Amino acid sequence: MPSAVLELAGVRKRYDSLVAVDDLHLTLEAGEFLTLLGPSGSGKTTTLMMVAGLQQPDAGRIMLNGVSVADLPAYRRDVGMVFQNYALFPHMTVRRNVAFPLEMRGTPAGEIARLVDEALALVKLPDHGGRLPKQLSGGQQQRVALARAMVYRPALLLMDEPLGALDRKLREQLQLEIKRVHRERGISVLYVTHDQEEALTMSDRIAVFDKGRIEQIGTPEELYDRPATRFVASFIGDTNLIGGRVLGVADGVCEIETAAGRIAASARTPLDAGSAVVVAVRPERVVLAPVQTGGAGLEGVIVEQVFLGTSRKYVVRLADGAEVVVLRPISDPPFAQAAPAVRVSWAADKATAFGG
Amino acid sequence: MKAVNGAAWLILPAALVLAVAFLLPVGWLLSRAFSFPEPGLQNFALLWERPVYLRVMMNTLIISAIVTPVTVLLAFPVAHLMAHGSPRLRRWLIFLVLVPFWTSLLVRAFATAILLQRHGVINSFLIGSGLIEEPLPLLYNMTGLLAGCVQVLLPFVIFPLYSSMARIDPAYMRAAATLGAPPVRAFLRVYLPLTLPGLITGATLVFISTLGYYIIPALLGGARQQMISQLIQDQIATFGNWGVAGALSLVLLAITGAMVALLQFTVGLREIAR
Amino acid sequence: MTPWRLLRGTLVVMVAVFLLAPLAVVVIISFSSAPFLQFPPPGFSLRWYAVLFSTPAWTNSLGVSLQLMVPSSVLATVLGTAAALGLVRGRVPGAALITACLMLPIIVPGMITAAALFGIYRGLGLNGTLTGLIIGHTVLLIPYVVATVSSALRVQDVQLEQAAATLGAPPWATFRHVTLPLIMPAVLSSLLIAMILSFDELIVSLFVSSARVRPVAVQMWSNLLGDFDPTIAAIASVCFLFALLVMMADLALRPGRSLRIG
Repeated sequence: MPSAVLELAGVRKRYDSLVAVDDLHLTLEAGEFLTLLGPSGSGKTTTLMMVAGLQQPDAGRIMLNGVSVADLPAYRRDVGMVFQNYALFPHMTVRRNVAFPLEMRGTPAGEIARLVDEALALVKLPDHGGRLPKQLSGGQQQRVALARAMVYRPALLLMDEPLGALDRKLREQLQLEIKRVHRERGISVLYVTHDQEEALTMSDRIAVFDKGRIEQIGTPEELYDRPATRFVASFIGDTNLIGGRVLGVADGVCEIETAAGRIAASARTPLDAGSAVVVAVRPERVVLAPVQTGGAGLEGVIVEQVFLGTSRKYVVRLADGAEVVVLRPISDPPFAQAAPAVRVSWAADKATAFGG
Repeated sequence: MKAVNGAAWLILPAALVLAVAFLLPVGWLLSRAFSFPEPGLQNFALLWERPVYLRVMMNTLIISAIVTPVTVLLAFPVAHLMAHGSPRLRRWLIFLVLVPFWTSLLVRAFATAILLQRHGVINSFLIGSGLIEEPLPLLYNMTGLLAGCVQVLLPFVIFPLYSSMARIDPAYMRAAATLGAPPVRAFLRVYLPLTLPGLITGATLVFISTLGYYIIPALLGGARQQMISQLIQDQIATFGNWGVAGALSLVLLAITGAMVALLQFTVGLREIAR
Repeated sequence: MTPWRLLRGTLVVMVAVFLLAPLAVVVIISFSSAPFLQFPPPGFSLRWYAVLFSTPAWTNSLGVSLQLMVPSSVLATVLGTAAALGLVRGRVPGAALITACLMLPIIVPGMITAAALFGIYRGLGLNGTLTGLIIGHTVLLIPYVVATVSSALRVQDVQLEQAAATLGAPPWATFRHVTLPLIMPAVLSSLLIAMILSFDELIVSLFVSSARVRPVAVQMWSNLLGDFDPTIAAIASVCFLFALLVMMADLALRPGRSLRIG
């Protein structure tokens, strides 16, 4: 008996000559919060639409709780969906909006009242039942939309960039709300967003999309520390990208020659000696030392120092003109001189080399 | 939802009704041009040879060509005030223009006739105040026809023009001023071109409408202002000459169609629907 | 007050008078006590309205107008709304072309439509019948309904219907609970527009009517071709009042969209 709530195998979708989604494989476990992350046009919303039944794939299988949904129209699938623009019915009160799916399922009136109260309590809006959507703020409307999508306990909750229309503060508040609801109910969630910070905060696992394909699926830590492709490395968090040429590879670690010196990085894909590569390393993984201390690393000059409260940001210009951004905790002593010459280095397993 | 969903079938009833009760009859009428009383192109030859037909067709075009700029010129200040006046003034103006817009063509043509008669309101006023001695002939001539057409068609220009004007970002005129353009030049080089979609839409609507008019020329125009629609009516009701009627209809339709195509080409039909 | 502003103001006042004075004069004359179209009228009287409502020709034509207006506007609204739904939500290839075809009755000059229907009706015996008139009017009214309702549908967020589907509503339930209530103002508005257009319609009615079956507009027309007395002003005022009422109703329905077309 599969425990996967959702399974996509070989799913493909094209619009005329544009391939929106190409050969997608994805599994969502029960109770998991999986985010589809990527820039606009990368296929994540199209994927969500196909799971909801609002669009049809050209090829591949979509299984909900082990059953293929190929012949199931949207209104017969056991999913709940929350849209970016809330999609609350403007001519119905909050209560009627939330009660709507229950009415569609023929739930008896007494049950409906109880379930609606429970759903509104879940999103902390118990007294707003009689209001019309236009009388609510954006954040409140989205919470009502959430209540409406969950009141009939669907197997899967789909969320299409639900916080995109809200301002930053409200977004952060609602992120916590959604996580809380997820924890309390243990519901499986498929979440779409282009905001990588949001994805890192909320997800159990993240699938990074680019041009209709999934570049990598993994936990936030896996994607952050061990990106599989250059795209993932630069899309998630801040990354330094340094170009160079491979000198040799041994035990998954490769030695790279750059114009400013030699560095090491881990290689997750096979790389030939002599090939051009790009090394991705996070600013907080870079170690700064005065150039006199010697050792491995790249030589450069600090051109900018910024005080950020809990950390300090340095911009180091290397011999070939490339710049490396370094983030050090505030406990590290600052550099006294005006434009000190420094050496930047890092542990090999904290950096990844990608074929250029 | 598959590619074409069930909702598409909803179009069918209306389409069927239109096909049977409109396209079929009109097609039939136009076909009579080639088949009544005998198959061939004689009817078109007649149109070309008989001076009365040519005259009426030319007249119709000329009348439309006169009505259009007059209507547009008079509509312009009204639309301008609507777009740039205070909201309260705008509401009043819109109401003011809507009232005749909703009133039937016949009532308005009749009302205009009353005003323009020999012993009508305008003449009585002019004679009574001593400005003239003999009543002016304002009816059953080009003046009456022009007055009637403009009266009826003004709203059709005012609204699209207002629509275009309301959408002009005031920043453009301010930019023109800061760039050194005196008001008249700024108006001619910046404002006027931006009102073009609405202007062209309105002008085309007026032109097309005037081309096909029957009631207004019949009620307010004279024999010298006879227009194509009156001729068509004549041919059918008086002479039973369906062939010529069909041919005239075809010509009228062709000119109208050409104007619509021109409008679609320059402005786009979507723009009108707003 | 710049000279341009003055010019504009003057022109606007002139146009306003030009647009409204004729209608005002007609209404005033309808209350005249004199049996000819004299302005200003010598005295106040309701006699012409009395004549209007006691002359069989007029009362019959009012009856015909009503029997004509209601079925054709209802029919046009139902058919037109359905077509609008199909065109906007149906994802039909060539929807733009079909829409253009549905708009033809507005573009084709009225005389051509009237002559065409008259010609075809002769063979079918539909001239001088209410049925013939109803069919003719319905055909003329459908485009207005399609334009108005599709306009409203396009503005409406398709996500609402998508949301309803994900919440478990089959297509008919979505239409009944979500789409229809939201386009109802536009549908009612098109019904009103259709009614007034039918009431005012003259050209097709002129051809298809007979002496016994003729709507108000045709009756007015035949009176106008003779000598007119203030009775005509009375019926014109009644038409005008009807138009005003319908316009107010429409404005109340759709406060933002005040234009008759679309």
